[in-house]
Amino acid sequence: MLRFVPILTILLMIGPVSAGLIGTLLPAFGILPALGGVSVSLDPWAALFAQPGLAASVRLSFVTGLMATAISVAIVMLFCAAWQGTRIFHAMQRILSPILSVPHATAAFGLAFLIAPSGWIVRLVAQLAGWDRPPDIATIHDPWGMALVAGLVAKEIPFLFLMTLSALPQADAERTAQVTRTLGYGKIAGWFKATLPRIYPQIRLPILAVLAYSTSVVDVAIILAPTTPAPLAVRILGWLSDPDLGLRFMASSAAVLQLVIVVAAMAIWITGERLLAFLGRHWAEDGHRFSRDGGLRGLSAVVALVAAGIVVLGLVVLLVWSIAGFWAFPDLLPRGFSLRLWMRELDAIGDGLVTTLLIGVPAVLIAVALVLACLENEVRRGKSAGRQAILLIYLPLLVPQISFMFGLQVFFTLLGLERTLISVVLGHLVFVVPYVFLSLSEPFHALDPRYGQAALCLGASPNRVFWKVRLPLLTRAVLTAAAVGLAVTVGQYLPTLLIGAGRFATVTTEAVALASGGDRRMIGIYGLLQMVLPFAGFALALLIPAILFRDRRGMGAQNKG
Amino acid sequence: MRSELRFFGAAFGVATTIATMSFATPVLADPAPDIGNWQSVLDQARGQTVYWHAWGGEPRINDYIAWAGEQVRERYGVEVVQVKVTDTADAVTRVLSEKTADVNDGGAVDMIWINGENFAAMKRNDLLFGPWVEQTPNFAYVDVEGKPTVVNDFTVPTDGLEAPWGMAQVSFYYDTAKLDDVPKSAQQLLEWLVKNPGRFTYPQPPNYMGSTFLKQILNELVADPSVLQQPADEADATATLAPLWGYLEDLQPLLWRGGQAYPQNGASMRALLADNEIDIAFSFSSGEVSSAIEAFELPDTVRSYVFENGTLGNTNFVAIPYNASAKAGAVVLADFLMSPEAQLRKQDPQYWGADTVLAMDKLPKDMQDAFADLDLGIASLAPAERGTVLPEPHPSWMALVETEWQKRYGVVQ
Repeated sequence: MLRFVPILTILLMIGPVSAGLIGTLLPAFGILPALGGVSVSLDPWAALFAQPGLAASVRLSFVTGLMATAISVAIVMLFCAAWQGTRIFHAMQRILSPILSVPHATAAFGLAFLIAPSGWIVRLVAQLAGWDRPPDIATIHDPWGMALVAGLVAKEIPFLFLMTLSALPQADAERTAQVTRTLGYGKIAGWFKATLPRIYPQIRLPILAVLAYSTSVVDVAIILAPTTPAPLAVRILGWLSDPDLGLRFMASSAAVLQLVIVVAAMAIWITGERLLAFLGRHWAEDGHRFSRDGGLRGLSAVVALVAAGIVVLGLVVLLVWSIAGFWAFPDLLPRGFSLRLWMRELDAIGDGLVTTLLIGVPAVLIAVALVLACLENEVRRGKSAGRQAILLIYLPLLVPQISFMFGLQVFFTLLGLERTLISVVLGHLVFVVPYVFLSLSEPFHALDPRYGQAALCLGASPNRVFWKVRLPLLTRAVLTAAAVGLAVTVGQYLPTLLIGAGRFATVTTEAVALASGGDRRMIGIYGLLQMVLPFAGFALALLIPAILFRDRRGMGAQNKG
Repeated sequence: MRSELRFFGAAFGVATTIATMSFATPVLADPAPDIGNWQSVLDQARGQTVYWHAWGGEPRINDYIAWAGEQVRERYGVEVVQVKVTDTADAVTRVLSEKTADVNDGGAVDMIWINGENFAAMKRNDLLFGPWVEQTPNFAYVDVEGKPTVVNDFTVPTDGLEAPWGMAQVSFYYDTAKLDDVPKSAQQLLEWLVKNPGRFTYPQPPNYMGSTFLKQILNELVADPSVLQQPADEADATATLAPLWGYLEDLQPLLWRGGQAYPQNGASMRALLADNEIDIAFSFSSGEVSSAIEAFELPDTVRSYVFENGTLGNTNFVAIPYNASAKAGAVVLADFLMSPEAQLRKQDPQYWGADTVLAMDKLPKDMQDAFADLDLGIASLAPAERGTVLPEPHPSWMALVETEWQKRYGVVQ
């Protein structure tokens, strides 16, 4: 039975994505009987290409997505190279992990409230300079999309950092660093020449996931990106919610185009990888030691700290807004504080949290069970079998949500499954499983196989080995993966709304609905509330192993996943 | 093998739990209620749950909807659940995808807060249930004669497919602590902006408020506004719209951010005014401005006013999709929303502050007094201060203006 789990898991991922894509492809070529589209036609494409500013939107999606990814990767790699194994490195690990629990939209609002012309930073300047009007400069919604890039970078750094962390032990990075240092290489050069080539293949998928996400992001883009024109994904959402139902055809073509953009961005990225690898090989062999890299090391720490600091400071502004009375420009603080809105939302908050858990807990449990079963199957049957096929699990991370979500909604309706908890959980599972797999597979593979072999030699059955040896050793990794999974389900907006037909009011659906009213106090409240569950999840993932293994010092070391 | 089954025990247990917890409801066809026989409608409605898809961006409005839900539960045994959407079109899309999947009964949406283009689109595509409105008891109080928009939604006859539940009229607002004199026409606005560049903007079309601003200007500048009451393809559209584009040619460079960026919607425009980024903003309800002051979103020195030649006005409605699961329940709820009691609370800025659709002279004396006694709020305009209400153009004009605007100003890079 165990051997069928990988296939089942892959089907659970591919099924919805392909059903959704079909539901998008058909209208893109004119087929949508409910609106009278019964014959194949290229009209939707003609309409799409006639849209003013389409090229600019496409360019914007491309450039901001690639830039955000490249900058995040560069910062993370540079920081790891410069500080791996030091105290600062471990301190950063402590700071960045909780930031992972900050939803993208929350981080983006925080950033907006900081850097907008009427944001905290300008207010500080205005106090000193004596301005009573915010400057008429676009620091957010800027025409180049730099605010969007900044928002994405601040949020992707923690993710990529943690992914790199889990890859480091496998690359034997600590000892490699000792060797390169002995040979006289600077810390950064040594890491880039010896460790990076071994780590990169393992973090490549997370990087491509970041690229796909950044190129097709909607929520962060609405908050930070330019609007004349907006990136393609934002415009697609606009066309999909246009009162003119005929625009659905064109919106579907655009959703297909969005998929093409993501694929093209990945192709560019992979070409870049090849190029760098080719050039890097010569560079690695040329023997330059670059031993004086103190300045660059310092810079990398500053940049990483600023990135983390911005997110944290953004959360502080959100908190202040959530309890603010009237807050005029250029005052640094509101004229009064009030818990009125928190009190008013209390009931809705309770209900929202319960519904979120009702969807999230089953989704996470199923995801963890499926992923553990897939990994255990690999261990029992030898790694090679199906190793490539399992990559299909990541498909939902690489296909833009907006390209298949609306098709998926029709699919579930056809099955009569729409509006049920099962279908919502299934919809969430599509996004949870890949992330759980991402965070669990490295620790699972890194676990010393000799523990299991010893237990088998002592006569334990394979199942006993799993339950009594491997699982306890992986407690912390499993809990962390579950926390990542929970953070993913809590953040789902479109799947919850579309598949659940509005029957499931989660913290996030409430947050997005209320944010449309534009009151920054409500945005503050729900932005923070969205963090509560993921944050609790990550805290538990730290706390439970600490309590379970309080008198087993060795487990601390074993559970470093 | 047995042990592998045990391995899977945990996961399987979870799956079964979910299956039993699932909220799957058997899809039962809801027979169309016989509106003429009101008692039968009430009987059919009892026990139904109405999923009302309504914009959820304003906590006060959400509270009002929750109150209305409690009332109909107590009185008629109808449960109401507000599905908070960010955009009415979300609900329209849902009905559409159900029609795509041939779900012609037992749909997810029982009632939609709707008007204008969305209504026109749903009506055109046969996505609405009805006619049902004019036979409901409380429709008798509606001011059909005095407020023609209660049966003509953006010039499209409602044909009993949607029930009026609130009036809206464009009004402008500004901070009296910062501004003494305000422009009261399109021309004055332009002259004022020449002196105060960058201190005004409008939400980016096709946002509803942004398009409304363009229509307001169009209505003022066009030689014969009655042309706008006809579909655009029946008129010389190019000539009709020419004055608007000529005006915008001058206006655009004077806007906030030089017209390179726009607020997303009415609410973000309001935040710009609160932050002193702009001096004048506008809304579809002056009661909303009073509410915003009470919610600390605006300083208490903000006041409303209207243009001297009048401002656009329209009506909000509720409609029932053709495949709704609880049509009778939705009809009962809609009827309650039109009741004097519900309309009175709706007009009270303590709760919402939106104008009633009812005719005062049709109401019983005590209700007339109650309406007259309402304290409308500091930034709300009394009926006498509102000037002329201009009719909304036919929806086809809005579509045309939005498309052309996008071509001219939607791409600045």
